[in-house]
Amino acid sequence: MSSVAQKKGFGATLWDWLTTVDHKKIGILYFLGGGFFFVVGGIEAMMIRWQLYKPNNDFVSAGLFNDLITMHGTTMIFLAAMPILFGFMNAIVPLQIGARDVAFPFINSLGFWMFFFGGLFLNISWLYGEVPNAGWTSYASLSIASEGHGIDFYAIGLQIAGGGTLMAGINFLVTIINMRAPGMTYMRMPLFTWTTFVASAMILFAFPPLTIGLFFLTFDRMFGGNFFDHTMGGNTIIWEHIFWIFGHPEVYILILPAFGIFSEIFSIFSRKRLFGYPSMVFATVLIGFLGFMVWAHHMFTVGLGPTANAIFAVATMAIAVPTGVKIFNWLLTMWGGSIKVTTPMLYALGFIPSFVMGGVTGVMQGAAPLDYQLHDSYFIVAHFHYVIVGGVVLAILAATHLYWPKMFGTMLNETLGKITFTFFFIGFHMTFLIQHWLGFWGMPRRVWTYMDGQGWNLANLISTCGALLMAIGVIVLVYNVIITSIKNVKVGNDPWGDGRTLEWAIESPPIYYNFPATPLVRGLDTVWIEKMEGNETGLTPAEPIKDIHMPNGSIIPILMSFGLFIAGFGAMFRTEEAWGLPVLIFGLLWTFVSMAARSLQDDTGYYIKKDEILRDLKRKGGQK
Amino acid sequence: MDLNKKFTPETWPDHPETATLEAKNKFVGFWLFLGGETILFATLFATYIALKNSGPSGFGFSTQELYELPLVFVMTMLLLTSSLTSVFAMYHLRNFNFKKMQLWLAITAFLGLGFLMLEVYEFTHYVHLGFTYNNSAFSSAFYTLVGTHGFHVAVGLVWITLLIFRNAKRGLNLYNATKYYTFSLYWHFIDVVWVFIFTVVYLMGVIG
Repeated sequence: MSSVAQKKGFGATLWDWLTTVDHKKIGILYFLGGGFFFVVGGIEAMMIRWQLYKPNNDFVSAGLFNDLITMHGTTMIFLAAMPILFGFMNAIVPLQIGARDVAFPFINSLGFWMFFFGGLFLNISWLYGEVPNAGWTSYASLSIASEGHGIDFYAIGLQIAGGGTLMAGINFLVTIINMRAPGMTYMRMPLFTWTTFVASAMILFAFPPLTIGLFFLTFDRMFGGNFFDHTMGGNTIIWEHIFWIFGHPEVYILILPAFGIFSEIFSIFSRKRLFGYPSMVFATVLIGFLGFMVWAHHMFTVGLGPTANAIFAVATMAIAVPTGVKIFNWLLTMWGGSIKVTTPMLYALGFIPSFVMGGVTGVMQGAAPLDYQLHDSYFIVAHFHYVIVGGVVLAILAATHLYWPKMFGTMLNETLGKITFTFFFIGFHMTFLIQHWLGFWGMPRRVWTYMDGQGWNLANLISTCGALLMAIGVIVLVYNVIITSIKNVKVGNDPWGDGRTLEWAIESPPIYYNFPATPLVRGLDTVWIEKMEGNETGLTPAEPIKDIHMPNGSIIPILMSFGLFIAGFGAMFRTEEAWGLPVLIFGLLWTFVSMAARSLQDDTGYYIKKDEILRDLKRKGGQK
Repeated sequence: MDLNKKFTPETWPDHPETATLEAKNKFVGFWLFLGGETILFATLFATYIALKNSGPSGFGFSTQELYELPLVFVMTMLLLTSSLTSVFAMYHLRNFNFKKMQLWLAITAFLGLGFLMLEVYEFTHYVHLGFTYNNSAFSSAFYTLVGTHGFHVAVGLVWITLLIFRNAKRGLNLYNATKYYTFSLYWHFIDVVWVFIFTVVYLMGVIG
């Protein structure tokens, strides 16, 4: 393989992307895949808001409305937010720790393709006409009673995508444990790497319960199991426990990387070391730990009894403490800094008040007696959109602008970026702030429509107008991406001018082996230290230039994922169609044979010769 | 990594399973994977405990009447012994004695196969008694917990068989040493899970 840029045909390029194990390319694949589902979930959200903008509306039917809310939640959490964050993790974390790739490049690719085919499987339900309709939580009594194949699409699609997520989590953990450059101690790791690390650990322990829960649901629906059927001795509350033992850590899996992204942004654009770095790390780990201790606060009204409710209420409120530590650290990072208000920084500035509002309503719901009043009302809808949109989505949009040059080599237009922010930020508050009051005024969540004369009309209209503004913001972003790609003005190593960590010391996008020589890390914000000492390149090599070991690409990940995708259809139609069982067996065999093929061949990778690296360096113009 | 590099017992590293970066990655990754598996089984155990003996009205099965400890004892002995033989195999792996390692792994596989066949017998026996998967919440939880363990044993058997035959003619190198070693980790894990099944399902079922 040659590193010299060559014009390749369409077929060769496509093959390259289908078989790639390069973390930077997989990052882009995750970003594009997640971006696609983000648009799908956004369209679903717009349809929900359009249905609700006036009383007694019949824009969509009641059944379709259930489909929409279920798929909106499921898509946004599993297929948009997480994959886009994985995209940034893949693209940035190996660079931040000075690694040449992730620990398991093959599994990295497998994880992406399983997410992609799982997401495809879920969304094919729209074409088939039977869509998941029991809410994204799919509570068991409702979901086993749901007719048609909607819930089967949910259970099998998430099973496949969830497997991919688990692999990605283990991969990041091992990468960060084993592949840090010399000098990159744990307490010198950039915050985005730290949050990725903790979020990956949470994935490792939160996803297996989801796997089991989805298996129970699948068995109950398709194979005559009785886990949740009380007439057969089952217990429907088991699903709620299992789902939230997964589901609550899941929201921290989403928000921690978002915290990491904002930590980077505050530090870069305040041109100041992150305030209280050790306490930031400690708070991250503590949030990760407490995140597993609070699942039953989603179930206060189930009737677990006052003792259980009290324990989980206290644990829930305790999470506000490390989160508060973080908020104050960000504020104090800006204090006395030389602040540059760029697009990513605008998002970061907008994030603090938005997320604090979401956090405060969270503590309100943590008080079990008050939760009895708020439960299942629009107050809840407002709360979780404040933390997810005000936290995670703002972080994703900020990171899109911040890391675009590192991922694609061009710079998104700053003016358009600020326009996007303005529309999105105003639209976001307009949509969801009023929903707190809608909750107080008694509007329940997940209702298809409402009667006139309850005082909800104006509030719902305002909310829908806000959603339109958010959509305009996203459209401006898409426009920005398109014109930036057409202009294709390449940028240098550190386009923001104030990069502090290793990814900003190498070209944008980095060459496929990232670092010609593994860098030596001399402290927290090592590139900043080097720059302050007058080292223009920002890097001190830890080793002479020598041959580099690289992994081979492989088509097997996509084949394995595709086998599971086929098997999913077989499982679903096993009883009603003659082809069901053969297709199920064929799909599983397909996956197994691909796996065996991978296992039996020796794949030890290849070496890039020293001469080639030196040639690349020369071509880059004497850059060290 | 050079697959053709020849080793002798003297040049063979003390810890061949973690001798290269790739090997270290696999080693740590596999431990983490087992951490996830632990949570997976914990979920199954919790569900089983919650649904134990629970069925539709007039349900006629209980753990006391159903389980037969002698059979389970034999199964336990087979699996525990297979864990021991896999330790012998790893001893020979460290000493670069390929033939003996293969032999002990083959014995491990046969013991595992014996366990699995007894489990199949146990399940068919219960089904003949009318204790089918669809019969109650108890039966669903029982078959899913114990069956998931059995499935793990089956996967382990396929894995070790492939390893034994794939490497039969080429001996040990630093590439496949990690594969053998992670298999033994997996096998110990399965064994530990079985110890919990034996205690929580069978002993507590019959005595409790």
